[in-house]
Amino acid sequence: MNSIYEVYQSLSMLERMLVFLVLAPFVGGFLSGVDRKLSARLQGRYGPPLRQPFFDVLKLFQKERIVVNKFQNVNILLFFVFTVFSGALFFAGADLLLTIFSLALAGTFFILGGFSVGSPYSHLGAERELIQMVAYEPMVILMAVGMYQVTGSFKVADLVQYPKPLILYLPGVFAGFLYILTIKFRKSPFDLSMSHHAHQEIVRGIITEFSGPSLALIEVTHWYENVLLLGMVYLFCGFNPWIALGVTVATYLFEIFIDMNYARFKWQLTFGSSWLFTAVAGVSNIIVLNFMR
Amino acid sequence: MGWFKRSPWVLHYNATSCNGCDTEVIVSLTPLYDLERFGIINTGNPKHADILLATGSVNEKSVQVLKNLYDQMPNPKVVVAVGICATSGCVFQDCYNVQGGVDKVLPVDVYVPGCAARPESIIDGVLKACDILEEKYAQQKKTNVRNQP
Repeated sequence: MNSIYEVYQSLSMLERMLVFLVLAPFVGGFLSGVDRKLSARLQGRYGPPLRQPFFDVLKLFQKERIVVNKFQNVNILLFFVFTVFSGALFFAGADLLLTIFSLALAGTFFILGGFSVGSPYSHLGAERELIQMVAYEPMVILMAVGMYQVTGSFKVADLVQYPKPLILYLPGVFAGFLYILTIKFRKSPFDLSMSHHAHQEIVRGIITEFSGPSLALIEVTHWYENVLLLGMVYLFCGFNPWIALGVTVATYLFEIFIDMNYARFKWQLTFGSSWLFTAVAGVSNIIVLNFMR
Repeated sequence: MGWFKRSPWVLHYNATSCNGCDTEVIVSLTPLYDLERFGIINTGNPKHADILLATGSVNEKSVQVLKNLYDQMPNPKVVVAVGICATSGCVFQDCYNVQGGVDKVLPVDVYVPGCAARPESIIDGVLKACDILEEKYAQQKKTNVRNQP
């Protein structure tokens, strides 16, 4: 049962990074396909084939490159590089805090990309992305803090092999993380800046001026990011690989279910509710944990 | 390798339609017809689109918008005229403000007649447009190779 960890330990850090770099786009694209198919089924539609996200990305790479501002694609490239970097760090078993901070840096480059063009829609999208980032970032850091309190380490390699289930010590933190995961996955009710489904609305704002290959790169980056976030969910049950994989898959399906069942929130409610939930679930969990020691 | 056929993204513009054809375009997205099973997405953004679905005859006001949208779409791109007004101007072609069908302004590749065009024929037209999209991409690639020394 623990043979997964034996294989994991036998690989060197660089090999682990390489495995992530190669496998993550396939896993992320497949998950995205499952998302689209399942969403369609929940709406009573037949839905696109599971490989549809790959078709979309390959097509976008064949399209003409239109550049409005010369810095626009540089920002997207940096967004891609830093997301992949943080994912590689995470799956190599390095520092969780460094992963979180470099992921935040990647997000910043995405916002800069949105601001670098002249379109007012793009600016509005970038502002919304900024608000979302302020909304979810505290909870992500609290997750790292909570895991440190239980295990005494920030290293992902130690966290994942911690013999006791982290989720039993950190139920509040897990709930808070689920809440902000909806923002990170760009799911309704929090899909304010880059929604999956509403193609004609302002909620697609931030990618207004990106077309062809750069849009494809944004999509691929999103796949990498999704795999990284599901990896963070995995950490909560790392004591048993099978339970952890089950929880990870269940979390993803749960997010799709939430996506289909909720109307979109306004940014005020998104911001307020996620900070309130972070305070109630996350901070209180950590305070209680502190008294238990 | 035929990726355009697999994921054509559509931009829909109403030149001066009576909304009949527009409704039918939107109806094609509903569970009964479900355009998305072919990978077709109705984008609202010309920069993401491959196919321009234009409905209604073109008049003095809409011609600028139509040309602007077409220019903003990245190559390769295809124009589909949906409904009889978009194909020829129909009963409105003699009006003082109407220029005629979409082909008076843009190079139309596929004509979908009907008043209003049925969702089935719109889907058929879009899938025909995909083949033309593939041809255009192949041609574009050929000329690019030829232009390089």
